[in-house]
Amino acid sequence: MKPINDTRPPRWAQRLLHWYCKPELAEDLEGDLNEYFERNVVAKGPRRARWIYIADVFKFFRLYTIRKPEFVNLLLHWIMIGSYVKTSGRSLMRHKLFSFINIAGLAVSMSVGLLVIALVTELLSFDDFHAKKDRIYRVITHDQRLGEPAMDLATTSLVAGKKVDTSLSGIEDFTLVRNGFSGDARIGESVIPVSAVWADEHFFNIFSFPLLQGNPATALKEPYSLVLSEKMCKTLFGDVNVLGKSVVFDTTNYVVTGVVKDVPKNSHLRFDALVSFSSAKEHREEGGSFNTWTNIYSICAYVLLPKDSDPAAFQANLDKLSAAENARIEHRTISLQLQPLENIVLGKKLSNQIGPVMRPVALYFFEGLAFIIILSAGFNYTNLSIARSMRRTREVGIRKVMGALKHQVGWQFIVESTIIALMALAIALVLFLFLRVQFLSLDRFLSDLVSLDLTSRMVLYFVLMALVVGFGSGLLPAVFFSKINAIQVLKGSSALKVFRHVNLRKALIVVQYCFSLIFITTTLIGYNQYKSFLTFDLGFNTAHILNIRLQHNKEELIKKELAEVPEVGAISVSRIVTSLGSLQGAGMKYKDLNDSIVVWLNYVDEQYLPLHGHTFLAGKNLKALPDGAEESEAVVNEQLLKRFNISPQDPAKALGEIILIDEKKLAIVGVVKDFHYGTVENSIEPMALRYSAHEPWGYLNVKVTTNDWPATRARIEAAWQKVDKVHPLDAKFYDDQIEEAYRMFATMIKVIGTVAFLAVCIASLGLFGMVVFTAETRLKEISIRKVLGASEGRLIYLLSKGFLFLLLLAAAVALPFTYLLFDRVVLVNFVYHPPLGYVELVISLVSVTVIALLMIGSQTLKVARANPSEVLKNE
Amino acid sequence: MKGTNLGEFEELVLLTIATLVNDAYSVAICDELEKHAGRAAKLGVVHAVLNRLEDKGFVKSTLGEATSTRGGKRKRYYTVTNGGKAALIKAKEVRDELWNRIPDLILKKA
Repeated sequence: MKPINDTRPPRWAQRLLHWYCKPELAEDLEGDLNEYFERNVVAKGPRRARWIYIADVFKFFRLYTIRKPEFVNLLLHWIMIGSYVKTSGRSLMRHKLFSFINIAGLAVSMSVGLLVIALVTELLSFDDFHAKKDRIYRVITHDQRLGEPAMDLATTSLVAGKKVDTSLSGIEDFTLVRNGFSGDARIGESVIPVSAVWADEHFFNIFSFPLLQGNPATALKEPYSLVLSEKMCKTLFGDVNVLGKSVVFDTTNYVVTGVVKDVPKNSHLRFDALVSFSSAKEHREEGGSFNTWTNIYSICAYVLLPKDSDPAAFQANLDKLSAAENARIEHRTISLQLQPLENIVLGKKLSNQIGPVMRPVALYFFEGLAFIIILSAGFNYTNLSIARSMRRTREVGIRKVMGALKHQVGWQFIVESTIIALMALAIALVLFLFLRVQFLSLDRFLSDLVSLDLTSRMVLYFVLMALVVGFGSGLLPAVFFSKINAIQVLKGSSALKVFRHVNLRKALIVVQYCFSLIFITTTLIGYNQYKSFLTFDLGFNTAHILNIRLQHNKEELIKKELAEVPEVGAISVSRIVTSLGSLQGAGMKYKDLNDSIVVWLNYVDEQYLPLHGHTFLAGKNLKALPDGAEESEAVVNEQLLKRFNISPQDPAKALGEIILIDEKKLAIVGVVKDFHYGTVENSIEPMALRYSAHEPWGYLNVKVTTNDWPATRARIEAAWQKVDKVHPLDAKFYDDQIEEAYRMFATMIKVIGTVAFLAVCIASLGLFGMVVFTAETRLKEISIRKVLGASEGRLIYLLSKGFLFLLLLAAAVALPFTYLLFDRVVLVNFVYHPPLGYVELVISLVSVTVIALLMIGSQTLKVARANPSEVLKNE
Repeated sequence: MKGTNLGEFEELVLLTIATLVNDAYSVAICDELEKHAGRAAKLGVVHAVLNRLEDKGFVKSTLGEATSTRGGKRKRYYTVTNGGKAALIKAKEVRDELWNRIPDLILKKA
């Protein structure tokens, strides 16, 4: 403790006294305490004196000393609000340009805010229609194989599901759900493809999907029961009274046992039809490969915990179960976890999701963008209000002379900014309706996830946001105005004081321009990178190749029909379409049987490699095999040779070597140049091509040369129709598929691009306002300079150099930041990307500078050209 | 309502204010009480009493001039009002009256 402090009473106790004590009593009370304190310092020493002082402050906390809430002041506020609204309205009308800048900026930025609020509200409302939502948990799986990265799955194994149900205590109910039932429903003559979800009879106990017909307790009990949604009923039967009617899938007869109300959009479980869980043979069987602890890829298990039970206790049960089962397997740990229902849609990253999900990170990203935009518009308000303050100081001065208190003046300006924010909200709402359409059409994923319909709760949040924005942007001006000294202002010496806040305003402008520059550069760099992904040399040819999903049809039949279409050239078969992100892997070994890796695979026919223009470094293509013949050949890439050191320098020597894929011996017959099996995010890894002419779930790769695509497509469609009348043709050009694979980036670039545009608009509006203001206030100075002989050019330089300096300052911060952001954070995720250039940085700086110069130039020119005699004669 | 009754300590404080004439402020009153009445008067108690007396209209207070002591805070000086005087006189009269009615024998040696 410092000695100086010892002879003074403790500060905080003094503050406390002033806080609770009535102002009229506080002074002499404090004086008395001080007097005693001084005596005590002498008599009892400083330390004790301080203690006594503190004790006394608390002792004086009595009924008669406590400050009473000032009801009169509160009442005054309400009376004065009318007056505040009136003066705000007048000031709005008087300064039309500033009002326009503020309202327009806030409206644009708030419409983005509304969009984000709508998105967040809707995402948070997911699954909240279930009556027992607080007690529903999903059992998810954490899978850790020895020496491999861990995997988190939304699904679990059937074994785990059954064990949880039968051997664990502490649950009220339990249901198993499995996605992926699909078949062609035959009703009389018509055939309609239907996809459905398997669910057991407890499904309706846990989830609140109301049944319009049928008994929820038994509807899904018997095998081959079918519960249809209203919509599906109408497609299948054209009617909803369908109880007991039968639907045939393949050869099996299903009976409709219930009709469920259409699933709302904010449900993570989405289905048009439910099939009883016991319908699938593998669900009923004991044993079998489906019924193992390690088959964790298909079943979604949901538990309903009893009221007031502790999920942690149940988790302990799950841990015990996992430990017991893991003891029976090697090199792998599978653990079960509980995931609350509310965390499913906005939760951690899980594979095998059953419904739509959104990563919280993406949401934070949107929230962050909206926040920055709103902040920028708020800065405009703050900036312009303080800059204009000279014109309002008189008004404030007179208010103060008439008896307005500090906080009353403050409130006046907060009310004013709130009014502006509410006006902006009205415009923002209209913009939002427009923006919503644009946003949802950005990506199919988004329109699938949410509809962003207005609800009353959303409107409440909107108004709340407007109030917060109004309060936030009005706060600084309010503090500034409430501090104004009435005497000084009315004497007319206000100018000096006003410009004290110049640095704050400059800082706000710099921040705005930083954001603008960062967004523009990000958009440009992102766009360039995205373009390069699309035109990336994958190592094979994708042009004019049409990939047709076979949908379980016979290749020969389709091929035969397609061959009749004149535009169709060669046709090949493949199991997957590579370079789009779909993968198929298998274990592979070479001579050393302990050295096993995952090799990426594709199963293709003999036409595939020539059709796609793969370059052979050695050897030849796979040989066509007759039906039923044993495969014995593989074509591999350079990486595979390198990995197992099978003469990587001279691929020709690798020919004839035997490799083991999935324990099958295959001879290397050809080596192709490395190509991109995955997306450009992944590096090229060992891969092999195996022969298969029959891939019912695979693709036909068709070389099409056409000048009239719609007509050709119609012909191909007709050919398809001859073979398959049920399923519509699913054909896409390879190049379009690649574009689709990178669609997420396109979406992001569009979002950031839009934000960049808005940020620049708002910042420019703000700058414009500032320039207009500066030019007006310096009109006389400029005129005098002109009279004394300054040239127009010099005047423009004089007026704009300050702003240009700010812009350069912003660039000095923003450009290196963006560069490093991409260099160190974003692009490290992409193994193959073109180098980062400086061109984008320069372009964004130049474009922002040009816009800013236009803003500054137009106004400064006006002032510089003004006739000095006109200006000066009015003095 | 306590009305215009004067409590024992209130009376003491009121009398002290009267004796101090123009220097009656809280700390001085405390000191005076300690010196003459011989009892330790806590500042908080005295303050509360002064506040009550003012409520009852027996004293009125004015703020003095600021001085360099007391951390620059002004003192609140109290003076006895006419109502205060009347209350004091009435209290004294009641006592005198009662004293007079006590037969001489009983308290003589006390």
